[in-house]
Amino acid sequence: METIIFYTLAAAIVVFSVLAVTTRLILRAAIYLLFVLLATAGIYMMLNYQFLAAVQLTVYAGGIVILIVFSILLTSHINDRLALESKGRRISAAIIGLIGFVISAYTVANANLTSNGLAEAPHNTKAVGMALMNYGENGYILPFEVISILLLAAMVGAIVIAKKR
Amino acid sequence: MLTEIPIEHFSIIALFIFFTGMYGFFTRKNMIAMLMSIELILNAVNLQFVAFNKFLYPNLMEGMFFSLFIIAVAAAEAAVAIAIIINIYRRLKTIDVEKVDSMKY
Repeated sequence: METIIFYTLAAAIVVFSVLAVTTRLILRAAIYLLFVLLATAGIYMMLNYQFLAAVQLTVYAGGIVILIVFSILLTSHINDRLALESKGRRISAAIIGLIGFVISAYTVANANLTSNGLAEAPHNTKAVGMALMNYGENGYILPFEVISILLLAAMVGAIVIAKKR
Repeated sequence: MLTEIPIEHFSIIALFIFFTGMYGFFTRKNMIAMLMSIELILNAVNLQFVAFNKFLYPNLMEGMFFSLFIIAVAAAEAAVAIAIIINIYRRLKTIDVEKVDSMKY
């Protein structure tokens, strides 16, 4: 059953990511991006990373996609079709992407990835919170503080850049 | 618990998202569409980190925290990028990367 759900999500990711970069209606591209992000959140949920799935849903699917949709509404007409790159460029970009994908997939398939076999660490929300606020070993208080400064700076920067002068 | 699915399948999905994002970044001219391609690429990296964390080093949490911080950085990056795009649109009335070249010469 879980296998079926996983491959359904994988198929959704593949189809919608291709559609997101090839459709010529930009609002539709944003919605396809939303579907890719939702399916990724589903995979996180199946891997038992509930907190990460919730963050993915709220920040990515809820925040960034809404931001992108609003900026689309501010900057373009809904029925405008995106300008197409010339055919030669599209084909060469597709060939480069395909070559990169084949080489990387071949490397991954031959990499002999095996688990280190140790017992699984608890990664429920409580463990995540304890690790984020911990300054000892396996603590993440420093990156947590750095990211809070970064978010503050990004907020101030976004307001300053986008405001009317 | 998904233990019967090999890690290579997760990797190949992540690689597929990554290279479709790269294709989109090469072929799109609209700045917002390029930003969406970047989001696809970051999402692929997150998926890869989480899969490696889960299947190769289950005793650690590094991959999950990397993904969390990448999501936060992606949010900050999207906010600043969209502010810049709106400012460019206000000044030049276009967000086509080929036409936004007034600082070039």
